[in-house]
Amino acid sequence: MSFFGFLKSKKAKKSSETGNDRGIFVFEHTSEVIRAESVLKTSGWKIRVMGPPPEIRSGCDLVIEFPLIEELNIVRTLWVAGISPRKVMPVSNTLLQPVDLFQIKDFGQYLMVRAANMKLTVEKKTLTIVNISGGGCPDVPYLAQEMVGKTLTKAPSPREIGHTLCGYALQLAYEEMKRKCSP
Amino acid sequence: MLAIVGTIPDQNFPLTTGKVTLKDNKICIRGKHIHVNRGTPALLAAAVKTAEALGQSEPFGYLIGDIGLGEGSRKLYEYLTGNLGQSDFSVLTFHYLQPDVDWHNRVLFAIEEMTKQPVLIADAGFMYAAKMSGQSAVYDLFTPDIGELAFLADEAAPHPFYTRGFILQDENPASDLIARAYKYKNAAQYLLVKGKEDCVANRQNILATINTPIDDAMEAIGGTGDTLTGIVTALIGSGMEIGDAAIAAAKINRLAGHYARPTPATQVIEIIHQIPGALQEILL
Repeated sequence: MSFFGFLKSKKAKKSSETGNDRGIFVFEHTSEVIRAESVLKTSGWKIRVMGPPPEIRSGCDLVIEFPLIEELNIVRTLWVAGISPRKVMPVSNTLLQPVDLFQIKDFGQYLMVRAANMKLTVEKKTLTIVNISGGGCPDVPYLAQEMVGKTLTKAPSPREIGHTLCGYALQLAYEEMKRKCSP
Repeated sequence: MLAIVGTIPDQNFPLTTGKVTLKDNKICIRGKHIHVNRGTPALLAAAVKTAEALGQSEPFGYLIGDIGLGEGSRKLYEYLTGNLGQSDFSVLTFHYLQPDVDWHNRVLFAIEEMTKQPVLIADAGFMYAAKMSGQSAVYDLFTPDIGELAFLADEAAPHPFYTRGFILQDENPASDLIARAYKYKNAAQYLLVKGKEDCVANRQNILATINTPIDDAMEAIGGTGDTLTGIVTALIGSGMEIGDAAIAAAKINRLAGHYARPTPATQVIEIIHQIPGALQEILL
């Protein structure tokens, strides 16, 4: 690497660490964040779902962190998909990192995955979702109603029908379960 | 009388208030029948069963449909701010509501207007909002599971989804998490922690650890935490002291689960049916 290349990469790293080159999209509902994440990741943008900074927290929130310099292009991608962020702002604080720790419990005939406060249990032989537990946001009973009794492949994913952080946590458990159960 | 505030997983369920009964595995309120699966209907069903076994009157419900968009919760919050002040409930339990700090605080102001302050219990989404508001100590009882206890212990987390890994990891004993939750003023006067071992604590002590009978499958069954909150609500409503009620509720809930011979596929209504028998054995 040339000297200038070294300086450039050092500068880029520092800038990224302090968040100066990152912005966040704030949305009305968590379900819009989930949709936007899906659209932007499919389009190849390097974005992350994170917790909002304290000054804009209201309760059950997520934001999307994106490279600020690409704001216009990314907003355009969202508009085409019919998604409008409520607010766009630069990152000025350290953002909270969503949970990335999974606990796995093997019951023999059944397997349970826990992500944050959400637990998903399937019957190993049939891959049928037999229980969903934990959580405190109002979409949890709804998600359980729609998913329990169906197989992992036939059940709607929390990403499709969930709206809250608990729904998002269940999505993580659901993805981890699919990874565990894939041949 | 005790009142329970929560949501129904049906977007079209209107704001409904009234006494709640249980019939044919459904809770009934003002002629409406709701299937008991988990969430607030499971809490209400457990409270109804417990109150019935104790010879107490039916709980009062404040219910509305919400599937996570928060619209129902906000309507209910608004209704509560205008109506709770004139009510005279001895116990108020808040459950699956969209966490919203601003509305949470307005509801607390309405409660302050009540002539006699009720015992305040929070679980699920409302407990998240209570912690985030910094007013946990106003509450008499929180009923977190072990994951939610880690969230209460993490002074920086606004929701369990953001609980930091070093706090969330399995090796942390409940007693450490309880101490940390109290240290940062993120716990109610009493904590009833649901888990492999149930734990009842206050700021000073762990009052009891309840670990029998052990049925590992209970952890996987959706609604077993809701039934525990329903049982403790009804026990406190009958006049029991909060710590005693929490210990008895943990024993009753575990025993009811055990009587249902649970597997990870068991549904919570099967456990609710076992509450009267378990209550008889623990209390009478």
